[in-house]
Amino acid sequence: MGIVRTDSITYEYIRRDEEGNVEGITTAVDRVSLDVEEGEFIAILGHNGSGKSTLAKHINAILHPTEGAVWVDGMDTSREEDLWDIRQTAGMVFQNPDNQIIGQVVEEDVGFGPENMGVPTREIWERVEESLKAVGMYEYRRHSPNKLSGGQKQRVSIAGVLAMHPKCIVLDEPTAMLDPRGRKEVIRAVRGLNQVEGITVILITHYMEEIIHADRVFVMDQGRIAMEGTPREIFSQVEKLKDLRLDVPQVTLLAYELQKRGVALPDGILTTEEFADALSRAAGGNTEGHGQGGRPSGKQ
Amino acid sequence: MSIIFDHVDYVYGGDTPLEVKALDDICLQIPDGQFVGIIGHTGSGKSTLVQHMNGLLKATSGHIYFNGEDIYDRDFPMKKLRSRVGLVFQYPEYQLFEVDVLSDVCFGPKNLGLDRKEAELKAFDALRKVGLPMELYYQSPFELSGGQKRRVAIAGVLAMEPEVLILDEPTAGLDPKGRDEILSQIRQLQRDTGITILLVSHSMEDVAEYVERIIVMNNGRVLYDDVPKKVFARYKDLEEIGLAAPQVTYILHELQRRGFPVDVSATTIEEAAETIRKAAAKC
Repeated sequence: MGIVRTDSITYEYIRRDEEGNVEGITTAVDRVSLDVEEGEFIAILGHNGSGKSTLAKHINAILHPTEGAVWVDGMDTSREEDLWDIRQTAGMVFQNPDNQIIGQVVEEDVGFGPENMGVPTREIWERVEESLKAVGMYEYRRHSPNKLSGGQKQRVSIAGVLAMHPKCIVLDEPTAMLDPRGRKEVIRAVRGLNQVEGITVILITHYMEEIIHADRVFVMDQGRIAMEGTPREIFSQVEKLKDLRLDVPQVTLLAYELQKRGVALPDGILTTEEFADALSRAAGGNTEGHGQGGRPSGKQ
Repeated sequence: MSIIFDHVDYVYGGDTPLEVKALDDICLQIPDGQFVGIIGHTGSGKSTLVQHMNGLLKATSGHIYFNGEDIYDRDFPMKKLRSRVGLVFQYPEYQLFEVDVLSDVCFGPKNLGLDRKEAELKAFDALRKVGLPMELYYQSPFELSGGQKRRVAIAGVLAMEPEVLILDEPTAGLDPKGRDEILSQIRQLQRDTGITILLVSHSMEDVAEYVERIIVMNNGRVLYDDVPKKVFARYKDLEEIGLAAPQVTYILHELQRRGFPVDVSATTIEEAAETIRKAAAKC
């Protein structure tokens, strides 16, 4: 069984008017089944209101399904007595770093989680050190979080989750409020956790470029999973994504626009490198020669 | 008619060890009707800069002129300035508070002393401009989607009929379609009414697509102030200060390195597709 599994879960909430009368029922998550293997990098896309955050909140038992069941590392999230273990296994990082940092000093903030779990003091310090190193924030351990940039704060939030030694981290739009460098730093840290530490990552985002390295992508619409596949499979369907109020990375869109203008490029190009290679082939390969005029070839 | 910054400094924590110069000798001119983008990393002074434009923050030294008048003159009508320079903050939907959308948008014009009828006319007009469907006007603003709430908040500022509209990251947290819808409506508004727009943004792609001039802030100073093509040509310098160029800029430079005769100054998908198509045909 995978690290996170949902079995046809549905989440409904009741809308009420000013006087508290029931106006209707909204189904935010509608019969979603997921099976995430340990060590996978999963991305979840979807427009505002598509149900992706609601789904994510089921993974560490902030919400419980109206119907169906969620298992995290084999534990049923409806079991109250497993709540702490579930939240330690699946940590969560939210959009606004300022709402997630409580400590006056970076290392104190990161130590909050393991301290709450009753980890012995010496081990807390070890965990703080390794977590901050994993996100590249160790040199800031004595700094005040207030003085950090958005990307740095968000990496401290991630370290705080990491210090609880989770098997899985769920990140709900962690880069929405960040500048380009901050976004890059956070995504690099997240990929590192996945590839180096083997932590399962579930990343929710509106930035298409951030998920080109994911193993699998789920696209949500009206509470359901509308599309599922590798980034290449998903981003090959430009029109369908646009119908779902989404987009593709700029490089993919550019290739798509060129296809429409009669340039023979394949579907689902994801990187600049791939784009340049494909264009060289499309142009008959004769650019290869003068492209390398005395310089090393394109591989970086 | 314009906004002019003349050697503006803004210092906080002055005369303490924590003194920070958030704006450092800013000289700028924003003429009427321009669509200007302001970019810079977190903490570079973008928001501080725009908050000076409607007098929310007062410069430590220097002068700011609005349509030729010094806004720090003792008899300058500051209240009037705030209605003429509208500022939409980040995540403005958190500032919605009324029972229905129309009342919320009426709040601004009513505060300017208009009677109910006039205020409602202005509110209707503003809601139409932001493209909110009419059936939502009498709903609670809290039942709308993220993109709709944000439009209501923008309408709340537009209803005061400002000459200058400043938007501080109006698309943060919106899905791609929501981003496009809001920005293209703002562009339409600017074309139809000739209003001046200042867009503070972290999305280089959005800035490249929509604005005609980019001001790059770094450490409280204006680092570059030019048309998008010229600013993004310095993409390596932009990376140094925590920014970037749109992805198409990187693609075009890679193609040029490989010998394709492309025009690397293209900053939008449309322009890039054209120059690449021509280059590929020549090879």
